[in-house]
Amino acid sequence: MAYPADFKYTKEHEWLKIEGNTGTIGITDHAQNSLGDIVFVELPKVGAELASGKSFGTVESVKAVSELYAPVSGTVAEVNEALGTAPEKVNTDPHSAWLIKITLKDASEVNGLLSAADYEKFIAEEQ
Amino acid sequence: MRYLPNSQADRELMLREIGVKSVDDLFAPIPPEYCLNRNLNIPLQWSEAEVYDWFRARSAENGTEYSMFLGAGAYNHYRPVVIDSLISRGEFFTAYTPYQPEIAQGTLQSIFEFQTMICELTGMEVANASMYDGSTGAAEAVMMAVRLTGRNSAIVARSVHPEYREVIRTYAKHQGMPISEAAFAGNGRVDLAALDRAITDDTACVLIQSPNFFGTIEDVAALADLVHKRGALLVVSIAEAVSLGIVRPPVEADIVSMEAQSFGIPLSYGGPYAGVIATKEKFVRQVPGRLVGETRDRNGKRGFVLTLSTREQHIRREKATSNICTNQALIALMANIFMTVYGREGLKDLAKQNLAKTAYAVEQFGKKAKVLFSGAPRFNEFVVQTSEESYAISHRLADKKIIGGFPLIKFYPELGNASVWCCTELNTREQIDIAAGEVK
Repeated sequence: MAYPADFKYTKEHEWLKIEGNTGTIGITDHAQNSLGDIVFVELPKVGAELASGKSFGTVESVKAVSELYAPVSGTVAEVNEALGTAPEKVNTDPHSAWLIKITLKDASEVNGLLSAADYEKFIAEEQ
Repeated sequence: MRYLPNSQADRELMLREIGVKSVDDLFAPIPPEYCLNRNLNIPLQWSEAEVYDWFRARSAENGTEYSMFLGAGAYNHYRPVVIDSLISRGEFFTAYTPYQPEIAQGTLQSIFEFQTMICELTGMEVANASMYDGSTGAAEAVMMAVRLTGRNSAIVARSVHPEYREVIRTYAKHQGMPISEAAFAGNGRVDLAALDRAITDDTACVLIQSPNFFGTIEDVAALADLVHKRGALLVVSIAEAVSLGIVRPPVEADIVSMEAQSFGIPLSYGGPYAGVIATKEKFVRQVPGRLVGETRDRNGKRGFVLTLSTREQHIRREKATSNICTNQALIALMANIFMTVYGREGLKDLAKQNLAKTAYAVEQFGKKAKVLFSGAPRFNEFVVQTSEESYAISHRLADKKIIGGFPLIKFYPELGNASVWCCTELNTREQIDIAAGEVK
């Protein structure tokens, strides 16, 4: 799967899509593929404050529970409730099945994230 | 695996293989000033016969030839003989953690059946594979409620077993979890008005016991209404499992924590026992300990596996929902066999016998002393207030080979010379008459 060029990425395998002052966060195709069948996603409540690099929830697959890390700081504006009953969407369409939307606290933090090309290079090295 | 002592030749062979001359060489890296250089200060070993005699003498101290009116969290019920025969099978007796389902189907199936029967009894949707005992189960249930609600404090009814309350406070202390208590009313039940005033926006749960420490059956539905209106969860602790044979299951509760000792687990000086946590399916990811689930193998055959163990301590220690990392499999198996032997009807009959014995005892004791908390239904325990200290009664009864009730003065000084007495199917009418005769 190609990694969308307009997304930003982290070394913890989250993606971030920026629209104005809003950031949409999900996990990458590589992440879902490594985790296997995802059975549960635990997400923060709307209004929660996220700090860059800190855990904001978990994603549980049949073999592991993994932490989700915030790519940037911000306030949770929206949570993808649909994943509560259909967490498998993260497997089938990881780059559309977003987890949360946040209101960015400091847009300059985005500069520290990876581009699609950098991320692909990073996972190639990791394997 | 062989459990045979090593001979001198074995030891020499092993040392030679490693490439050292003596056992002391193995410990050479430890500086001499840190070495003990003497034997441990413990008694020398005993022969098997001496150990056997010692334990037989201790076992006699359990007072098996006494008749017992002591309950208070540990209940003297009949244990079908088939229990010890079945649990002694090597497959059950020596099995440890069933991580590898391919070779542990028997253990896994027995745990699955235990969980299933606990669900049927408690009216809950999921039950775990067992906890250490009823008190740690209650504490784990409180912590589970804190995780589920995002609130931080808990209210525990004062009519919950006093030692359960101590265990809960111990768990809560270093987690900075404030625990407060809710008073009981004149009928022995939780005082609803006082409870309503005590609940705050930070109350994660209210924990009650039913039948409570005085034997009184709580109005679980009314309590659940009140607690749920305030956005908190209701945890119901059950110390006397046999009550479930006749008392309506606490279906309105969010979490049920139970002690299964009444189900064929011997009194044994207070342990090992088996606790349980049962709850609604939507809370399953916050259940502490382990769960066994049913599945199908690649050929479509039914099988059993540990499931949802991704949150268990052995895999994700720092994020585990609890520090419990095993369960009381063999003890839970006793309860499992007990439930199977009695069955639905048998358990109901057993509970009825307990009720009838208690009703008779209450009548006899009531002739000579004051029976408290009469305004609500009760299971096999009742509180008697006497004109003399309860210890004096107990001492007289001990001479007649009868163990009397549990004096409440230590935990409930406001009740004066009161003690809680317990009748089970094992108390005869004659013993009840003798015991009631000593009360004044």
